Amino acid sequence: MNRIVKAEAEASSSPAGAAPLISAEGLSVTLGGRAALSDIDFAIAPGEIVTIVGPNGSGKSTLVRALLGALRPSTGQVHRRRDLRIGYVPQRLQVDASMPISVARFLDLPARRGAAAGAEALAEVGLAADGPRGVARLPLAALSGGQFQRVLLARAMLGRPEILILDEPAQGLDQPGAAAFYRLVETLRGRLGCAVLMVSHDLHVVMSASDRVICLNGHICCQGAPTVVRDMPAYRSLFGLGTGGALALYQHRHDHVHDDGCAHGLDAADAEPTR
Amino acid sequence: MLDDFLVRAVLASVAIALAAAPLGCFVVWRRMAYFGDATAHAAILGVALALALSISISLGVLLTALAMGLGVAAIAGPSAGLGIGGAGLDARGAARPAADTLLGVFSHGALALGLVATALVPGRQRDLSAFLFGDILAVGRADLAVIWGGGALIIALIAWRWNRLLTATLHGDLARAAGVDPGREQLVLVVALAGLVAVALKLVGVLLITAMLIIPAAAARPLARSPEAMAFMAAALGCIASLGGLAVAFMLDTPAGPTVVAVATLLFALTQALGRILPTGLAR
Repeated sequence: MNRIVKAEAEASSSPAGAAPLISAEGLSVTLGGRAALSDIDFAIAPGEIVTIVGPNGSGKSTLVRALLGALRPSTGQVHRRRDLRIGYVPQRLQVDASMPISVARFLDLPARRGAAAGAEALAEVGLAADGPRGVARLPLAALSGGQFQRVLLARAMLGRPEILILDEPAQGLDQPGAAAFYRLVETLRGRLGCAVLMVSHDLHVVMSASDRVICLNGHICCQGAPTVVRDMPAYRSLFGLGTGGALALYQHRHDHVHDDGCAHGLDAADAEPTR
Repeated sequence: MLDDFLVRAVLASVAIALAAAPLGCFVVWRRMAYFGDATAHAAILGVALALALSISISLGVLLTALAMGLGVAAIAGPSAGLGIGGAGLDARGAARPAADTLLGVFSHGALALGLVATALVPGRQRDLSAFLFGDILAVGRADLAVIWGGGALIIALIAWRWNRLLTATLHGDLARAAGVDPGREQLVLVVALAGLVAVALKLVGVLLITAMLIIPAAAARPLARSPEAMAFMAAALGCIASLGGLAVAFMLDTPAGPTVVAVATLLFALTQALGRILPTGLAR
């Protein structure tokens, strides 16, 4: 149906680990007459952990949606490996009050996995299925923000994903909560060996296990490895105790400035909405 | 037994109640009530088309309802909630009116155009009230076959796509990541809705079809704890409303379609009150 987004045919024949799971070449996305993303080259390899940071409106979620195939690129291409198993944790999932749905039922969508698999997935994210603190029978709408994020993560893990895509999963959490969530993602990723593509709401503090951090602002501003600050006392006091090395600092190395706050690299004619 | 007009009316309205229940749940969950109205109102245009071309009314209605549904879906975009969301920009960047404004224009425009077109079709003067409010007591044997056959197809379609429809309704991108195309699932609902309008037109009329979709589903909500339970409760409540409404209409000599909807509304009020007393719901 989508002629631009094609599964990469040669991926299955190439040696395992060599071909990227998802890649984009010269990807541009136009939203509302405005260039939301321009000329993005991106690839994520099996097992790799990539964190995307950027200010509000920089196109982080747009990039994720384009990689998922939910947005059509205006130019460029997105390749996903054929039959790629994606575990997706959306930024926000607003369950309409008109739909009655329990956690257990949600874990069974779209494919039925069974109550035992569901309980196991909940245990992996630190939630009990049954018993006094059990969540399996609770309506989705009754969960707290932290519980909801864990349930979303449990559901994403149930499909044994090759790549886990998380869109600002720690947004509503405080720093110890975010650190705990990142540790959980790290543990699960270690167990499954899947790649992780994470969008972070924080420009400077990222998951320390990240192999690569991409700074996005309509285009890729810079990328590199984060600095692990676990052993630096000054940072340890800043991030608080008990984050257990889950957080790391990302130092931006921009070779340009964003003084006017709008996308640079485009001249004024390009930045104007086209009519 | 089928010779009795009341028996035929009962059988027909039960079939519509059963087919409308699962579809009505999705109309409620996705806030598509206006969308349902637009599709149903397009049916009167289908009546005019059928009269002008001398084809079956059901076929004419199916075609126009489908065209309306597809047209509105294409304009509103493949987003899950058709009735929600304000004014905005579509994927190509063109400014568009708010979705509910757009649906209001389509819905009432189609109704008005249909009424005008029906009046322009040459021939004897027609009483349009049968198409607007339905004529449940004029259902013949052939109508019964169309209603049961069409209803069974709609139920089969929704049952087949059930999990995919639920996933796409919860979150479009979540569905897409799981290999479910939300646009295709929306298409399934549009087709099912057009089918229901075509088979239910004779019974309840274009003005009350949406009521048969949303009222039993909304009445079932306080009693249900799962999507499946809500669909079954909606079917049960729809059947009760149909049978009760027909009985009342027969006793008081009132129009059958509106009486059925009035009974359904009464059930809605009852379950809302019951929902306050039973906070967790009855059915799991």
